[in-house]
Amino acid sequence: MIPRLPLVFFIPLIVSCFLCLYRVFRGPTSADRIVAVDILGILVVGFCALFVVYTPREYFMDIAIAWTLLGFIGALTLAKYLERKRFDE
Amino acid sequence: MKKLVLFLVSFIVWLVLTWTLYYPSLLIGILISIIIGFWFADLFTQRPRHFFQIKRFLYFLYYIPIFLYYCTLANLDVAYRVLHPYLPIEPGIVKVKTTLKSEVARVALANSITLTPGTMSVALTDDGYIYVHCIKVYSKDLEEATRRIVSRFEPILREVFE
Amino acid sequence: MSETVVFIGKVIVLIGVFFDLLGAIGLVRLPDVYTRLQASTKCVTLGTCLILFGVFLMSGFPWKALLAIAFVALSGPTAAHAISHAAHKAGVKLWEKSVVDRYQEDEKKAKES
Repeated sequence: MIPRLPLVFFIPLIVSCFLCLYRVFRGPTSADRIVAVDILGILVVGFCALFVVYTPREYFMDIAIAWTLLGFIGALTLAKYLERKRFDE
Repeated sequence: MKKLVLFLVSFIVWLVLTWTLYYPSLLIGILISIIIGFWFADLFTQRPRHFFQIKRFLYFLYYIPIFLYYCTLANLDVAYRVLHPYLPIEPGIVKVKTTLKSEVARVALANSITLTPGTMSVALTDDGYIYVHCIKVYSKDLEEATRRIVSRFEPILREVFE
Repeated sequence: MSETVVFIGKVIVLIGVFFDLLGAIGLVRLPDVYTRLQASTKCVTLGTCLILFGVFLMSGFPWKALLAIAFVALSGPTAAHAISHAAHKAGVKLWEKSVVDRYQEDEKKAKES
């Protein structure tokens, strides 16, 4: 059975995810893409938190915590990569 | 001493994560916290005595509502600038000076600057200067920018972390 | 009593979702990396913290949610700081209408001396 999700909460979140994806595809420099991926990671944490309430699966909160920390480490790694790489765009 | 502090912190995090008092779970938590405390004690803190002073926690609790107030203000500011059809921004990087000495306090100050209206910290130097990216530059002068940006948080953060 | 708490939680989640949407709009509309990073980090961090707090009120006080709020509020600004520092070091230009760039001036001075 598919649980009924309140669209008032989910449609703006999905729209903002697609705006982030637009920036990932479009972004003129790779720094823009890294910013958009980092923001997308934080948005997914919000999704996980809402799933705790509207589905009968409480373990999504653990997924949210793990996702926060992994996204943070990923952002730091991408920043290190960006610092090494020189580009002239 | 450092090991004891890290043991207590990681054990409290374990308790919050599992949220049970079932004793095998507690036993595993104590074991893992002891291992973490022995391995990573030098990375965590340099002055463990500060964790046992109640005054710092009280100042930290006093800091939270001020921080939340400025954070809400920042979000309304960003909302105004983003939804305005002509984008009223004049970005730029200015330099401010902080008198905080310890590293933790400087990092906390930089994080606070990032979440407050119109500013984001770009770089920290060793001799106490912070380069701040402003979304609208009000003054390019060092003292004036310091008074505007830093002085809101500096006295409280000094009580908490120094 | 609990009905009221659930209603307050829903209102807080709605405000958080609204701020998330604003941060994403800022990510698309603003002109260069630093302003995008600034707007989106502020709005999305506060929005996600509000969503987590609303969930904390709605689903019977799981204390893990407060831990998640602490992690989000600590890691968001730090990641933004790291990305902006790296972008400036990699030579990403500011927007052409920017007013002042003290950091680049100081770097140039340090190189010349």
